[in-house]
Amino acid sequence: MNVAVAIDKLGQEALPKTSEAGPAPKRVIVAYGFWVFLLSDIVMFSALFAAYAVLVRATAGGPSGAELFNQASVAIQTACLLASSFTCGLLSRAVSSRRRVATYLFAAVTLVLGVTFLTFELRDFADMIARGATPQRSAFLSAFFTLVGCHGLHVAVGLIWLVVMMAQVAIKGFRPTVERRLLCFALFWHALDIIWVWLFTVVFLMGVRP
Amino acid sequence: MTQTPFDRAPGDRPILADTEAGTSSGVPVYTIGLVLAVILTATSFWVANTSLLWGPGIPLGLAVLAIAQMGVHLVFFLHITTGPDNTNNVLALAFGLLVVIVVVTGSLWIMDNLNNMMPPSELMKMQH
Repeated sequence: MNVAVAIDKLGQEALPKTSEAGPAPKRVIVAYGFWVFLLSDIVMFSALFAAYAVLVRATAGGPSGAELFNQASVAIQTACLLASSFTCGLLSRAVSSRRRVATYLFAAVTLVLGVTFLTFELRDFADMIARGATPQRSAFLSAFFTLVGCHGLHVAVGLIWLVVMMAQVAIKGFRPTVERRLLCFALFWHALDIIWVWLFTVVFLMGVRP
Repeated sequence: MTQTPFDRAPGDRPILADTEAGTSSGVPVYTIGLVLAVILTATSFWVANTSLLWGPGIPLGLAVLAIAQMGVHLVFFLHITTGPDNTNNVLALAFGLLVVIVVVTGSLWIMDNLNNMMPPSELMKMQH
């Protein structure tokens, strides 16, 4: 018996192979499937980012990003989304330790922060449209409203999802199905924050530079 | 035996850390993530607005800060690690990133080439 075989056996004892342990728990499978969906969603956003980057100078004589973007408002939106990502993490911990009051509390804070984010974003959109910077004005603005609007839509859907999940926690309690949905929601919410990081970097911070 | 034979779900924290820290575990991890993200975000906003730095290098600097913040979010909020129970999650992420990079750089590269080769009269038509 040589040393290599002995080491091999040692490794197997320490961590049995996945195939020997039987099918993975449903929680792992569900979250992995949702992770794959999120990555495909990010791929879709990458196409919108590419379109925006290609069209950013095609202003057709209309206003450019430097004239339109309100950086103070973007900073507030960034802070709201980042804080909501943090409270969403606290929400996940509250769910896994089955603390009902903490769950509702952190869900409420996440909801309020998300609504604040959307309010500021829609106010910025309304402000731009009032100044004649509608999506029809130029290819740059079409790409801008598609990209940022698509993220905003995701946030809005996420908020509706959060409200539905809290109703399910209230009515059904912490069942395994509800817990898996909450895990997926947390993944979704954190992924939205990652997309926002690229949004404020590429669109708002690089966009205001001449 | 604290290690499970199964892959870990994305978003789940390691079982080892959970048992060590008790019921309210995980909050320090999220707090570290939040602090790092806030620092990186604040640096991004400062870099974009300062006149102290060399102008042409700023977009590159902003991209580096965004990549760093993406890493912070993945590790501290989504709990994607390099552990053996996370291989599938990391592989899916790596493939996703590959597609994203191909789509973005490919689009920019091709469109830049087209813009350079297009006669100015045609370019004027496209701008309107």
